[in-house]
Amino acid sequence: MGTTTAATTSGAVFASLRRAWGASPGSLLAGVAVIAFLATFLLLPVGAVFATAFREADGSFTLGHFASFFTTTLMRESFYNSLVVATVSVAFASAIAVPLAYLTVRFEFRGAILIQTLGVLPLIMPPFVGAVAMTLIWGRSGSINLLLDEHLGFTVPFMQGLNGVIFVESLHYFPFILMNLIVALRTIDSAMEEAALNLGARGWRLFRRVVFPLALPGYLAGAALVFIKVFDDLGTPLVLGQTNMLAPQAYLRITQVGLEDPMGYVISVIMIAFSILALWLSVRVMKGKDYTTVQKGAGGLARRRLSRGESIAAYGGIVFVLLVVLSPHLGLAILSIAQVWSFAPLPDAYTLRHYAAVFVDSNFMIANTLLYCGLAALIDVAIGVTIAYLILRTRLPGRQWLDFAASAAIAVPGIVLAIGYLRTFQGVQVGGVPATQTWILIMMTYAVRRLPYALRSCMAALQQINVSLEEAAEMLGASGWRVVRRVVIPLMAGGILAGFVSSFITAAVELSATILLVVKESQAPMSYGIYLYMQSVAGRGPGAALGVLAVVLVALGTYLSHRLVERAQAANAPARAAEGA
Amino acid sequence: MKKVAVECRSIGLAYGRTEVLKDVTLRIEPGEFFALLGPSGSGKSTLLRLIAGFNRNDRGELLVDGRDITAVAPHARNIGMVFQSYALWPHLTVFDNVGFGLVERKLPREEIRRRTEAALGLVGLKEFAARRPNQLSGGQQQRVALARTIVIEPQVLLLDEPLSNLDKKLRVTMRQELLALQRKLGITTIFVTHDQEEAMTTADRMAVLDAGIVQQVGTPAELYDAPANRFVAEFVGTMNLLEGSVSADGDALRFDVDGVGAVRLPRLADAPASGKLALSFRPHAVRMAVGPAAASGQSQLTLSGVVQGSEFLGEFTRYLVAVGTHQVTTDQPHLAGTRRIEDGAAVTLAVAADQLRVLR
Repeated sequence: MGTTTAATTSGAVFASLRRAWGASPGSLLAGVAVIAFLATFLLLPVGAVFATAFREADGSFTLGHFASFFTTTLMRESFYNSLVVATVSVAFASAIAVPLAYLTVRFEFRGAILIQTLGVLPLIMPPFVGAVAMTLIWGRSGSINLLLDEHLGFTVPFMQGLNGVIFVESLHYFPFILMNLIVALRTIDSAMEEAALNLGARGWRLFRRVVFPLALPGYLAGAALVFIKVFDDLGTPLVLGQTNMLAPQAYLRITQVGLEDPMGYVISVIMIAFSILALWLSVRVMKGKDYTTVQKGAGGLARRRLSRGESIAAYGGIVFVLLVVLSPHLGLAILSIAQVWSFAPLPDAYTLRHYAAVFVDSNFMIANTLLYCGLAALIDVAIGVTIAYLILRTRLPGRQWLDFAASAAIAVPGIVLAIGYLRTFQGVQVGGVPATQTWILIMMTYAVRRLPYALRSCMAALQQINVSLEEAAEMLGASGWRVVRRVVIPLMAGGILAGFVSSFITAAVELSATILLVVKESQAPMSYGIYLYMQSVAGRGPGAALGVLAVVLVALGTYLSHRLVERAQAANAPARAAEGA
Repeated sequence: MKKVAVECRSIGLAYGRTEVLKDVTLRIEPGEFFALLGPSGSGKSTLLRLIAGFNRNDRGELLVDGRDITAVAPHARNIGMVFQSYALWPHLTVFDNVGFGLVERKLPREEIRRRTEAALGLVGLKEFAARRPNQLSGGQQQRVALARTIVIEPQVLLLDEPLSNLDKKLRVTMRQELLALQRKLGITTIFVTHDQEEAMTTADRMAVLDAGIVQQVGTPAELYDAPANRFVAEFVGTMNLLEGSVSADGDALRFDVDGVGAVRLPRLADAPASGKLALSFRPHAVRMAVGPAAASGQSQLTLSGVVQGSEFLGEFTRYLVAVGTHQVTTDQPHLAGTRRIEDGAAVTLAVAADQLRVLR
C-alpha cells in the first residue's frame, strides 16, 4: 500500500512539474547532468583560478598578487604588449576587412566569390601553424626581404618582434570582421542610402555618415572577437619567440615556476576580464541598435557596376590581399616539401620525405586528435541538444542560465581553463593514475571550449523545427523521450552534425590548453606535434607536413559542415513552406 | 522660392527585356500637387525614382525648370524625396536626421540649427528633436521624414506612397496636413500612390499609369467623370461596364449587350455609330425600383434584373444585380427606415443619359 501511495505521490509531483515547466522527468534528469558537467569542468576550474588569484597562502583574501603583478616590470610590459598587439591587430584586420566587405556588397563584380573564399581560408589554419612559414617568407632574411634587398636595396621589418605577432594574427583573424560586416551591410535597406544621396551626401561622406554607422554593430561584434582571439592566443607568440606577452607569461609561470605561483592565476583573471570587457563593450554599444533595416521586398544596398579602371584596381587589390593572406598557407605547403630553406627566396630542393616521416613517426598524433576531438564533439552535441531542448521546449525556471553558462566558455582562454584543471583536479585519481596525467582532461578542455559553437548550431536547428511537428507526434501517442528520439533528433540531424563537425575541427587545431596538459609525447595530438616539431630547425619540415595534414582535415570538415547545414535547410524547407501556406 | 515645372518627354526605361516605362510624356506645372496613380508594377515608383535620379532613363528627356537633368547625379539634383519606409537613420537623432542635408551643404552651424528647428516646428515635432526615430510613432516618423526633406528647400518634392504605412484614420489626417503644408510651401510635389481615394482627395491633377504607359492625365473629377479607357474607368472608383456592339436605330442607338440582348439607347455625344464597345456608368448613377421595366427612352437607359446580394454600408446599400450574364453594381442611398430589397427580387435599373459613357 505504502509504495503505491508513494508512487502515486511522486507521479503526481512529476505530473505537476510537467504542467508547470513543460518538462518531463527525463529532460529534468538530463538538465541536472548538464549542470553537473558545466559545474565540474567549467565553473569549478575557473572559480579555482579566481580563488587562487585573490588568496594568500594561508587562505585569506588579498589583492597583493595583483599589486605585485603591476609592480613587476616584466608583467607590466607583457600586459602592455598584449594590449598593443590585440589593439593593433584589430586595426590591421579592419583595414583589410572593411574595404573588402564594402566592395562585395556595394559593387557588381565577380570578385565577390574571391572575397567570400578569402573569408574562410585563413580560418582553416590556426595562426601558430603558419607562423614559422611566415618568418621564412616575411622575416628579416625571408623571401620577400631578400628580394626587396636585392632589387630595391631596403628591407621591411614585417616579422620583427611584436610586428610578427600582429602581422600573423591580423591575417588570420580579419575574416571575423569581414564576415560580420558583410552580413551587417547586407541588411541595410537601400532606401537608407538613397535618402542620404537624395539629401546631397555621396562617396566617402555617405559611407562615413550613414553606411558605416548602420553596419557598426556587425563591425563591433567582429572586432571584439578578433581582440579576444589575439589577446588570448598562446601558440603564435610562443612559436615566434615573443614571450613577453600575457598568455606566454601565464604558460611559462605555471610550467617553470610551478602550480603554486600566483602570477599565472593573476594573468588568467586579467585575460578573462579583458575577454568579458570586450564582449560586454560590443554588446553595450549595440544595445538598442538593431539596425537591421531591410523592409519587405526591398534589397540591401544598391549595387553599382565598376568601371573598367575601377574593376582592374579592385581585382588587383583583391589578388594582392589574397596573396598576402594565403602566404602562410603557401609557405607551409612549400616548407612541407622543402629540402633546405634558409636565406633563399625559395627552397633549394624539394622532397616528400617529411610526409613519410610524419606518417611513420607521428601517426599516433593523428589518432590522438581523432580520439580527443571526436569524443569532445560528441559531448558537445549531446549537451548542445539538451540545452537547446530545455530552453526552447520547456519552461524550466532559470533555463536561460544554462545557455549563459555554456556560452561563457567563449570568454575563457584555453590556457586559463588548463590552469584551472591542473589546480582543481590535482590529487584526483582516475583508475589509479592522477587525473592531471591523463588525456581525459585534454579532451574535456576541448569539449568545454567548443561547446558554445555546438550549442549555437543545435539551438538554430531546433528553432527551425515547428513545435507543431512534435505536438502531432504526441497527439498520435508518442510521449516524452520517444518524441525527442523519433521526431526532434531526426529533424535536428543536420544541425547536430554541423555542430559536431565545427566542434571537431576547431578542437583539432587548439593548442593553448593542449600545450599545458600534455604530459608525455604519446598523449600528443596533431596540434601539439606541430608545435613540438616547429621548435627545432630540423623539425620544421615534418612540422609543416603535419600542419598541411591538419589544414586539409579542417578544410574538409569546414566544407562538410557547410554542406550539411545547406542540406538540412533544404530538407526542412518543404515542411516550413507548407506550414506557411 | 521659385516654383518649377517637371517635364517628362518620351521617357523609356527597361530592366533587361522588361520595359518598365514606355514613352512617358507628362508635364507637371510649377507648384502643382500631382499624383501618380497605378497598381503595383505599373511603373509609377520607377518614374518617381527616375526623377530622384535613382533610375536612369534609356530614352527621352527629363526636364526640371526647363533644364535636362538626366545626366545630373542624385546628390546634386536638389530634388527631395520622402521614402515609403521613411528611411530615417536609426543611428541619428531626429534633429540630426533633419539637419543631415544641411550639414552636407556645409552651412554654418547656427543656420543648420535654426533651419532644422524651423522644419521641425513646421511639422509640429519641435520637442522631439533629441529622440531617436525608433522612439516615435509611425505618424511622427512620417513627419520627420517630411521635415528632413523640405528643410533643404528642394525644387521638387517627391513622395513615395507616403501614407501607406499609417493606419486608416491617421492616413486621412496626414493627407490633409500634407496638402496644407504643400500649399504653404508651394513646392511642386509629385506623389505616388496606389490608393485612388488618396490621389483624388489631394491631387490638383493626376496621371494614371498601367504597364508603364500613361493612361490618362487630368484633374480627379475629369478622370472620374470621363475615364479615357476601361482601365482608368475601373481603377478610379467603381464602374459598371456592359460590353456589346452598337448600331444606328433611327434617332436612337441600338445597343446589343452581350448576354443581355438589345436595348435602346439615347444618342450619346461620344458614341460612334457602330462597332464593339463598352457602356459604362457609376453605381450611384443607377436608380433602382422593384417591378418590371419600362422601355429605354431618349433620356435614360433601362435594364431589368434580379437582386443577387447586398452590402449595407451605412450611407448607402450596395446591391449586386444580375442583368443577363452581367452583374451590375448599384448604390442606393440609405436614410433611416429605408427598407432593404431582398435577394431574388425583380428590379428595374435606370441610368440617366448624361451619366452614361461609351468606352472603346
